[in-house]
Amino acid sequence: MDLTAISPALLVASLMVAATPLLLAAIGELVVERAGVLNLGVEGMMITGAICGFAISVETGSPYIGLIAAALGGAALSLLFALLTQFALANQVASGLALTLFGLGFSALIGQGYVGLKPPSMGRLSIPGLSDLPFFGRVLFGHDPVLYFGLALTLATWIFLRFTRAGLVLRAVGENHDAAHALGYKVVRIRILAILFGGACAGLGGAYISLVRVPQWTEGMTAGIGWIALALVVFASWKPGGLLLGAYLFGGLTVLQLNLQAAGVAIPVEYLAMSPYLITIVVLVFLSSRRSLTPGSLGRIFHASN
Amino acid sequence: MKLTRRMLMAASAAAIGLATGATAQDKTKVGFVYVGPVGDGGWTYEHDQGRLAVEEEFGDAVETVYVESVPEGPDAERVMTQMALQGADLIFTTSFGYMDQTINVAAKFPDVKFEHATGYKRADNVSTYSARFYEGRAIQGHIAGNMTESNIIGYIGSYPIPEVIRGINSAYIHAKKVNPDVEFKIIWAYTWFDPAKEADAAKALIEQGADVILQHTDSTAPQAAAQEAGNVITFGQASDMSEYAPMPRVSSIIDNWAPYYVARTKAVIDGTWESVDTWDGISTGMVGIGEITDAVPAEVKAEALAMKEAIAAGEYHPFTGPLKKQDGSDWLAEGEVADDGTLLGMNFFVEGLTGEIPQ
Repeated sequence: MDLTAISPALLVASLMVAATPLLLAAIGELVVERAGVLNLGVEGMMITGAICGFAISVETGSPYIGLIAAALGGAALSLLFALLTQFALANQVASGLALTLFGLGFSALIGQGYVGLKPPSMGRLSIPGLSDLPFFGRVLFGHDPVLYFGLALTLATWIFLRFTRAGLVLRAVGENHDAAHALGYKVVRIRILAILFGGACAGLGGAYISLVRVPQWTEGMTAGIGWIALALVVFASWKPGGLLLGAYLFGGLTVLQLNLQAAGVAIPVEYLAMSPYLITIVVLVFLSSRRSLTPGSLGRIFHASN
Repeated sequence: MKLTRRMLMAASAAAIGLATGATAQDKTKVGFVYVGPVGDGGWTYEHDQGRLAVEEEFGDAVETVYVESVPEGPDAERVMTQMALQGADLIFTTSFGYMDQTINVAAKFPDVKFEHATGYKRADNVSTYSARFYEGRAIQGHIAGNMTESNIIGYIGSYPIPEVIRGINSAYIHAKKVNPDVEFKIIWAYTWFDPAKEADAAKALIEQGADVILQHTDSTAPQAAAQEAGNVITFGQASDMSEYAPMPRVSSIIDNWAPYYVARTKAVIDGTWESVDTWDGISTGMVGIGEITDAVPAEVKAEALAMKEAIAAGEYHPFTGPLKKQDGSDWLAEGEVADDGTLLGMNFFVEGLTGEIPQ
């Protein structure tokens, strides 16, 4: 065993990178679910974002244009879901699953010409003085911009849901869409906006994997991260704070257990491998054990005539 | 949750197979069960190249179907059953974890021929086939041991199964031979295909000082992570992965299943199919060594190629004594060569490797 081989600064830096795609996708889904819509298509929107971001980055040479394209790609796919569930009144679970299947296939199709290419590098933040600090420089001031964006977005979502009138309306729509409708709020319009936001966030999360975390394009490369994000929203009791904790716990433990393995720690590998799932669930369930915050209208179909 | 997605994907793919399968009655139908997506750039990609070779060889006489990203578990049994019910005459199940499922389904369909990759359980209608990847690992170990400057070689294992353990042992023995100070750091990823996790594993190893990354997982993600880090070398796994040459990928092990798949399909068409156990290596071309790039010093490259020739000619076996097991007990005496039975069931590390094999 050689724990000194693990550099704490690099470890914390990589766990933040591992947590970011999860956080981005989950915060989008959180808003969608708080508006009363269950979109199980996160995985499909992520992988679509991953290939849109990758392809556009490679074509334009700019990772930032790629990220915008990823958000647009994810949102475009979610628009399909919005049309199905908000206008055609299709079952949300089935539509979400269909979205995932479609996204996986569609991304594999457009991704065929992009296998083995190297995307343009995003570059890391570099603040003279601050970024050179020992430990804190690398951990706090040495990341790519998207990582900070993810954190800022989580904070902004929390403020939006808790302190703004628009956030209150969104929550009202999610808690009881009939009552919200009776008060004159545009339930369908609000939900569509929430779904588009969720799609854009999932797309960004996917692009973060293909542009920063891996960085390459491989078919099916999200490999279930979208489903983890969905589970995280539930375990975090639909609260942004819990989500941040959960994403960092899960991402952190994933990276930590790999590092512990490489350092040859004498803990059976099976326990290390399952630790991210187990510990994240236990911690979040414990934190949210007092009351459930499930949005009252989650997954229910709304039509003004009902 | 992940299982649900894969089940659905498998189910939908199977449904598509069902839709296309109804038209062909006289054609020989060949099914393939894949553990990852065909675009993984590694293991499954090469199996699919084999499938395409079968289509090319026999044209309209055969019809092939495949289901990708099938998890190694009970769900695989359902996918195989569905294929058999759709009239498949021959089914290739291309991952170690399908072993028991293949045997179970084969018992229910005695007229359907099954071929299971990298396993050891056979039946009257179940053949096994595998490649001696450890021969290629020996060459990788030789290059890695010569080229590492930190003397730390990172190894990303998938699951602790004999096939993977064999590769680690073979690479270690040959790295150690040219560099007595070499140390292996091993990470078990517990997945065959998860690019983000594979990249994270590669990064963890690199951060802990590894300047060579060997992988036994299916995607090219570790290559991308090594490229990003710079000054780290890798080897293509299962497929050439030449898009990452000349650096970080300095050579590769290429699985060439095409001749085998063509031959076995022909046997079914001719009615001469029998249950066999095939384990071929460099000599027959089932294991190929990808081009060794100029990043490797010329004399190391020459030695590696000489080793390849010696293995191909049967003059050299990568597991030749004297070798001891990790616990210090004797395994092979001077000049003794490992028998296939021991290799197939290999569940121990050789002397010098640290860490335990998860049980």
